[in-house]
Amino acid sequence: MELSPVFFYVFGALAIACALMVVLAKSPVTSAFSLILVFFAFAAIYAMLGAHLIAALQIIVYAGAIMVLFVFVIMLLDVTRDTGEAGKPHPILMALSVLAAMSLLAVFVWAFKNTGTPAILGPFTTEAITAAGGNTQVVSELMFSEYILPFELTSVLLLGAIIGTVAIAKRQMSAARKGGGK
Amino acid sequence: MNAIEWYAMIGKTALVIGMLLMVAPVMNWIERRGAGLMQNRLGPNRVGPFGLFQTIADALKFLFKEDRILGHVNPFWYFIAPIVVLIPACMTFAVIPFASSITVDGTVIRMQAAELNVGFLYVFAIASLGVYGLIMGGWASNNKFALLGSLRSSSQMISYELSMGLSVIGLVMVFSSVDLMAITQGQGEALWQLGPLTIPKWGIFVQPIGFIIFLTAVFAETNRLPFDLPEGEPEIVGFHVEYGSMKFAVFMMGEYMNMAVASGLLASLYFGGWQLLPGMGWALGNLGLAGDAHEWARIGFEMLSFTLKLSFFMWFFVWVRWTLPRFRYDQLMDLGWKVLLPLSLANIVITGAMIYYGWV
Repeated sequence: MELSPVFFYVFGALAIACALMVVLAKSPVTSAFSLILVFFAFAAIYAMLGAHLIAALQIIVYAGAIMVLFVFVIMLLDVTRDTGEAGKPHPILMALSVLAAMSLLAVFVWAFKNTGTPAILGPFTTEAITAAGGNTQVVSELMFSEYILPFELTSVLLLGAIIGTVAIAKRQMSAARKGGGK
Repeated sequence: MNAIEWYAMIGKTALVIGMLLMVAPVMNWIERRGAGLMQNRLGPNRVGPFGLFQTIADALKFLFKEDRILGHVNPFWYFIAPIVVLIPACMTFAVIPFASSITVDGTVIRMQAAELNVGFLYVFAIASLGVYGLIMGGWASNNKFALLGSLRSSSQMISYELSMGLSVIGLVMVFSSVDLMAITQGQGEALWQLGPLTIPKWGIFVQPIGFIIFLTAVFAETNRLPFDLPEGEPEIVGFHVEYGSMKFAVFMMGEYMNMAVASGLLASLYFGGWQLLPGMGWALGNLGLAGDAHEWARIGFEMLSFTLKLSFFMWFFVWVRWTLPRFRYDQLMDLGWKVLLPLSLANIVITGAMIYYGWV
């Protein structure tokens, strides 16, 4: 699977433009919808690299589930403007954070340009994956055989988080009911 | 890619998109005539033979109506919301196979617009984006009733997406693939032999519970009666209350396209997709064709078979709409979370046991 440069630049530019919109947009709804477009552009790039499963999961999990929740909260609270309590940060602080971000980017670019070690190819080359029946087969087979324990542990961790959330919400609810009933 | 593959790709894409764009006007006519049939009245019958041109007249009316953008709406998101509903609806049909494959000059052409390894996960991924159009439309309208309508619809879609995804897992376990082409091919095998009658391994015979859950969830996902709370046209107000003219028509088009995708999924997951209907194999054998002509006739029969199955489910949507009353909102949520979700989880466990003991 060869990554077509034209589409890479199209979706890469879309991702960068939308990521800037997320940070710079005045209205939180615009930020949220731009973030969805960022995820979508990422998914397109994954799909062009041949990682169809990752692309589909990216859209199902991030764009289809998590962002719906974000948008819901923003709309229900009817946040129309950015209402940071501190207001605008100090200009020196702003300049410093931009500088820090830029230097991080510079380090990344330098590191990717100048590393002498060639990319280490694992056993999962594009040809090997196609021969084994495609992405979905390979990932699910590994997940449910070799990596079954980490996978199950992760799901138990998530379950614990969900139960914890419900317990905390319930305690607050019953406290509110006791307080409101009097 | 050689020339034949290019032509095939353009042809398949044109066929799928053309079919989807034709679905809205045709279904609109069928729905109104079907309503007339069930309510013992005529329905639209003045424009053209049997009222067939009624939808064209309606489309012209919608196009020539003044397209107002109301003063209190958020113009950008208000404008973009119908488009966001329509685009995922156009994209999802791409992975549904409408016939098997044919070899032309040594090039195998699979009769589906996009061959993706992730199969129907792609459908679920893209279909889950459709909910943003509803949210945007309701929010941008800047109207309490529209916002409440869009909240109702999005919570309904999110709740039923879960059961829909889980109900198909049983099928994936049986056919050990998520690729719709492979699932359809797997359904061609025989399941039981009852005397002269062969029961094929169609999804509905191996996964009856999964089928019922999927069917119910699909009605909720497409916002059709008995789950049409998002729209609620007779008495409650839905998310598109502030929309008029062609923008409103685009929302309706999206609904009909989603119905077509849902029917295509129902047909290919549970009713053998392009597998020939009883009698078609016999008819194909008796045509007396050989070589390429036989192959093309086979493709034709498979497409006819798939289209008939799809049309049956399209009619089923209309049939249910004029038969059942709407669910109340709490009943809808109870059904989704307390009945369908546990049932689909139980279905996965039962399917696992059945596969372990070698019954399927």
